[in-house]
Amino acid sequence: MDDHGNWLSLAEIASRINAAELRATDLVDQSLKVIEEKKDYDAVIVTTTARARERAQVIDEQVKRGENAGRLAGVPFIAKDNYLVFGAETTAASNILKGFVAPYQSTVIEKLEAEGAICVAKANLDAFAHGSSTENSDFAVTKNPHDKTRVPGGSSGGSAASVVLGMVPFALGSDTGGSIRLPASWSGCVGYKPTYGLTSRSGVVAMASSTDCMGPLTRTVEDAALVLDIVAGRDDRDSTTIERNPEGYVLSGPNMDLHGKKIGVIKEYMGEGLQPGVRAVIDTSIEKIRAAGAEIRDVSLPSLPMALAVYYIVVPAEVSSNLGRYDGQRYGYRYKDAKDLNESYSKSRGIGFGKEAKRRIMIGTYVLSSGYYDAYYKRAQTVRTKLINEFERAFKDADFLLGPTAPMTAFKIGENVNDPLQMYLADIMTVGVSLVGSPAVVVPAGESDGLPVGLQLMAAQRQDKSLLQLAKAVEELVRA
Amino acid sequence: MTTLSREEVLKLAQLARLALSDNEVEEFRKELSDILQYVEQLQQVDITGLKPTNQVTGLTNVMREDTVRQYSYAPRDLLKNVPEVQDDMIKVNRMVG
Repeated sequence: MDDHGNWLSLAEIASRINAAELRATDLVDQSLKVIEEKKDYDAVIVTTTARARERAQVIDEQVKRGENAGRLAGVPFIAKDNYLVFGAETTAASNILKGFVAPYQSTVIEKLEAEGAICVAKANLDAFAHGSSTENSDFAVTKNPHDKTRVPGGSSGGSAASVVLGMVPFALGSDTGGSIRLPASWSGCVGYKPTYGLTSRSGVVAMASSTDCMGPLTRTVEDAALVLDIVAGRDDRDSTTIERNPEGYVLSGPNMDLHGKKIGVIKEYMGEGLQPGVRAVIDTSIEKIRAAGAEIRDVSLPSLPMALAVYYIVVPAEVSSNLGRYDGQRYGYRYKDAKDLNESYSKSRGIGFGKEAKRRIMIGTYVLSSGYYDAYYKRAQTVRTKLINEFERAFKDADFLLGPTAPMTAFKIGENVNDPLQMYLADIMTVGVSLVGSPAVVVPAGESDGLPVGLQLMAAQRQDKSLLQLAKAVEELVRA
Repeated sequence: MTTLSREEVLKLAQLARLALSDNEVEEFRKELSDILQYVEQLQQVDITGLKPTNQVTGLTNVMREDTVRQYSYAPRDLLKNVPEVQDDMIKVNRMVG
């Protein structure tokens, strides 16, 4: 911690731990203390105290023996509760998985632990990551760190809140249609969604397999880049993973020179429906980026307004398939008094799943059922191709794209719970890149009526390194 | 305009093996109709000559050696999450009458 009680940068913490200037056991205690003090925000479902303390001791002893304990030595972090982690239940904030203790860990967690990071808790989320506010959690609603009457954004709302509340210096989230970026924007931290396939999905509760991405929520772009550098790359346990950039993702040296960089402002995201306060923050950011030498141009992706409709066909279809495994037989909740296997399935699922999971299973089942498959699912996947083509063209005209993260700031708890369609509209500016597989990052850019507004930056697939370089340069401009 | 009937909702619930309450059937009937109406805008898009996208990274035939790997998990540990176990096997309800 620095003099203001803020966490140091991840690299700084690890370097001080390795130099024996800080002790991992103290950092874990510090983190657990903040978690306890701020538990009324419901950012955390459960702490992994015993295992965290054990791991911290091992790291302190390593350092005492003169060994290097890794690039994240002693750094406490919180994992969204859809990551399988040793030492605690993994519930994905769902009743149907209550009591489930993972017999193995996710690849991302394994890689972070290999570099000395310590998981101290599991963060709240919308159950199975279905949602934009954490209100779909079967357990509790996470409160926005800036205003307790508002949502933190979702579905990685607990992860974002935990970082902003100072519980940990970084947290893990997952992003299927905006679930890292939206809470980063609404809670006020950096959120990074990598290129699809750059981070392994192995050991994370599956939502929609063709867009699920694992990524960090941090206070700075530099920290996000370090976490990505550690977790990115091919994984034998997830055959959709891609090769990492041979140069890695760590940011070092001077900031990217923005002179001559072509940055496209997405026209479709700047139209009507954008809250004036959000527009003001984005416009101010654009002017600062222009003043720093970048060439700002308008870019149009005509099919982008269709992205949300594509998303809410493709994703429920994949959700209904992925949630098929929760049948009450091998793990999770089982209805006890079933007369036959069919009743056991239906009652276990009917009682175990929350409303949003059921809603998505129903939509998915509908769009995949014979007679409707061509009209809905196949058509959506074809419009997706059109979207991919338009993004490809846009990335020929511009090095990067830019826009808001959502049309509005964090809404009030309860405001949209009875209107699922209204809730889905919160994702309207984040689902586009999810469908095309491009990386995107959200950087805090200002406030509107005291609520954070995040600027969203996007790049072509596999351009994660240059996107992070841009984000770091922009972060300094817009925070100034 | 797509509106679902009660029967259609019940049929979907049966296909998805979801026991729904009467209230849920009615709620989902309305909500699914709204959502389906919203996504109907896709019918207006010109998709002539385009193929559907099922994956975005272009990877094909990702192969690995088919070798036995050693894991430290004991079978009993893997059964710990099973709701009902008998003789180290997963116990389920009767399937045929």
